[in-house]
Amino acid sequence: MSQYILRRLMIAIPSLLGISLVLFVVLALAPGDPFSELATNPNVPPEVQAALRAKFGLDDPIYLRYLHWLVAMAQGDWGFSFVSRVDVDTLILQRLPTTLYVVGSSQLLALLIAIPVGVFAATRPYSIFDQLANTFAFIGFSLPTFFTGILFILVFSVKLDWLPFVYTEVPGSGIKWALEMIRQAIMPVMVLGLFQAASMTRFVRSAMLDVIRLDYVTTARAKGLGQAKVIVKHVMRNAMIPVVTLIALQIPAVFGGAIVTEQIFRIPGIGSLLISSILANDTPVVMAVTFVFACLVVLFNLIADVLYGWLDPRISFR
Amino acid sequence: MFDNNLRGMIDDVKDGRMDRRAFVKRMIAVGLTAPMANQILAIGGVAMAQSPNPYKPTKRGGGGPLKLLWWQGPTLLNPHFATGTKDQDGSRLFYEPLASWDVDGHLNPILAAEIPSIQNGGLSADAKSVVWKLKPGVKWHDGKPFTADDVVFNWEYATDPATAAVSSGTYSGMTVEKVDDLTVRIKFKDPTPFWANAFVGAYGCIIPKHLFAEYKGSKSREAPNNLKPVGTSPYKFVEFKPGDLIRGEINQDYHMPNRPYFDTIEMKGGGDAVSAARAVIQTGEYDFAWNIQVEDEVLLRLEKGGKGKTLYAVGGDIEFIAINFTDPNTEVDGERSSIKTKHPILSDPKVRQALALLVDRESVKKAIYGRAGRTTANYLNGPEEFVSKNTKWEFSVEKASALLDQAGWKPGSDGIREKDGKKLKLLYQTSINGPRQKTQAIVKQAFQKAGIDVELKSVVASVFFSSDVANPDTYSKFYADIEMFQIPMTQPDPALHMRRYHSRNVATKENKWQGSNFPRWVNKDFDAAVDAADTETDPIKRADLYIKCNDLMWQDTVVIPVMHRLAVEACSNTVRPALSGWANQTDNLQDWYRET
Repeated sequence: MSQYILRRLMIAIPSLLGISLVLFVVLALAPGDPFSELATNPNVPPEVQAALRAKFGLDDPIYLRYLHWLVAMAQGDWGFSFVSRVDVDTLILQRLPTTLYVVGSSQLLALLIAIPVGVFAATRPYSIFDQLANTFAFIGFSLPTFFTGILFILVFSVKLDWLPFVYTEVPGSGIKWALEMIRQAIMPVMVLGLFQAASMTRFVRSAMLDVIRLDYVTTARAKGLGQAKVIVKHVMRNAMIPVVTLIALQIPAVFGGAIVTEQIFRIPGIGSLLISSILANDTPVVMAVTFVFACLVVLFNLIADVLYGWLDPRISFR
Repeated sequence: MFDNNLRGMIDDVKDGRMDRRAFVKRMIAVGLTAPMANQILAIGGVAMAQSPNPYKPTKRGGGGPLKLLWWQGPTLLNPHFATGTKDQDGSRLFYEPLASWDVDGHLNPILAAEIPSIQNGGLSADAKSVVWKLKPGVKWHDGKPFTADDVVFNWEYATDPATAAVSSGTYSGMTVEKVDDLTVRIKFKDPTPFWANAFVGAYGCIIPKHLFAEYKGSKSREAPNNLKPVGTSPYKFVEFKPGDLIRGEINQDYHMPNRPYFDTIEMKGGGDAVSAARAVIQTGEYDFAWNIQVEDEVLLRLEKGGKGKTLYAVGGDIEFIAINFTDPNTEVDGERSSIKTKHPILSDPKVRQALALLVDRESVKKAIYGRAGRTTANYLNGPEEFVSKNTKWEFSVEKASALLDQAGWKPGSDGIREKDGKKLKLLYQTSINGPRQKTQAIVKQAFQKAGIDVELKSVVASVFFSSDVANPDTYSKFYADIEMFQIPMTQPDPALHMRRYHSRNVATKENKWQGSNFPRWVNKDFDAAVDAADTETDPIKRADLYIKCNDLMWQDTVVIPVMHRLAVEACSNTVRPALSGWANQTDNLQDWYRET
């Protein structure tokens, strides 16, 4: 087992190198300039813009820039943002708690809805409840978050005036502060959570249906076990194996943030950092965020595989 | 005639034979505006009266929070690194310049004890030096005194090339020296009639020497105070998250009486302009939102029964179509749009005039800019004394067609005009931006009616305005026949605005396309007028020269002004901001208050 993990980690190194190379080249080839805002400012002579480009090494050949980046990264130096001139790791760490809070809560919400609803729907397939759950799930995952987000804002902020639609970190502590933090997170968490829950419900339901028809379930029932015990102890345990993998693969997204939703609600998370850096051609930040994301995907893939083997002993590591 | 009379009157005011109010009234009677009259007096040697300040609160603080929404959040808080206006606005919350521009484009002393003038000995007759007297008793937020050393240091800091300061252009061509603890003298290399650039406005914000001295030059990025500003402003720094949030609290030791009014200040970033307008005008979550470039129709809808309104500040920002005088499709010495070529179609003045007749500015205003735009024939639209009254514009497809007929472009079988077997086809490029694409559509329609085939091209803004030498799509390379964008006027003086089109500034491969004259227009009269204005110390002659420059550009149809754009902000019904079209939105932050 430990040999398996070690081998997987060794394989991960070249693939991460490859990923970083592709990312870097694509970013370097993308046209644009972090200092384009200076261009029309008559107060700033064009030489200033050119001097800044030269100073930040933007005029060097791509392979040289990549090597510089790689060497620095290997030493734990993530570089600094061209736009804010702040170290990239500081920027990311500043944004991480918000993303973990908002995206994490939404994933939790999705699980809390998807598992009971999916399980219950699968035990009574084609009942009214199942039909309803299916309909809502279809509606849920066919509506994109930018649409539901704006819809929620129109209904709950503009018409009803219940919730704020600009998310800001409020200073302070205590119950009032906690309530405020929850209040402003309600809409984004709902938008993200319901979207996730919709597709996950479908997944849980079909995983349950696959298992519920198997012979050992009939055996369990024939032994005289109650419905609740059969479903929870016998069916769910096995049906959850693919669900666990799915969740493990979702976790990098918790760190990566949600670009669209964060933009709509002005949530200062990783997603909004990424999109504003892309728009500003701030290569070091885009590079760091995407590369960290790639590392997490590789890592959680490994974790998912290991978990799989642990949950299902029939799978062996070789 | 008018010139002599005016000079006589200025002398009358100077000697006290006429009071300034009477002077201003006379000037208004002959069609000038009050700020212009004041400006004339100031440069004519009469101390400038500041605009009356409507600030009402009678005590410091007690105003609660002020919540600002900038849909692009400031990413850094060092004014010398401020790339965009968002960063300048953010830095200005904590740092202050010697003087700011007020609503009417007058100088308003902030850290200066008074505005330099000929009377107080601040200005010299040869326009080669300025003496600034600093306000005594000003303290940095950490309690250290603000002195002339700080002012001199900012010049050293910005001009050190290793610092990589964005403000370096503002401080070049001059030396700054300390006279005594509260006096500094700026000496210009050449006569500089517009002396109020260094230490004024956005790039004039002053950072403390005692915290940045160690970080001048190549270590500039490492200064801890880049992220924790210690300034002299009405608000002390509390918290900063780049691109997201700035928080400040009242400075109880602020150097102006009864100011500031608000107890805390918050500037939130991110999102988009429409939802920012919504958060201020419709739901009232925020007090003020910046740069609301939203279609007027949407704003009018939001304003119905809302909690806020839109405000407009008049400056000199101009949205225009520039015409390429060189050939973008012929390569000479590895360079397209080379100054050695002539545009095969557009070098004919009749064709250029026809194009100007085909830009329906009224429709563009009606359909897109609404209250945020004014139609104009001029490239130079402010301040008042520099605005030409000799120009006019009209929209007429018939006249344009007639001009094109005269120029030898006859309609072909497909309706597109042709001459010597060549079709009249133009490539029209601009940056990607909602209003610009709509303008393109309106212009294209009229062009087609007159038999001109137009190909539209839109380039992402970060590419279009990039200085990347390798990229062919930048505005300065101008590999198109006509292109459209906006050039803002960052100060109430046309010098920088007009110098751009001097023939020595033509963008070429040799200067890596950094030359600011991107239409590649060469005109000896224009060059002479700009050169003369650069050193002309007589304000009236100088204004005449710039009017002449503008008129030359108009006669030769170098650019087709599309819209004189106003700055649009969204503001709560109760907040009274102090805005100026000549300054950044936060430039007079000390005077903001809330009507209760």
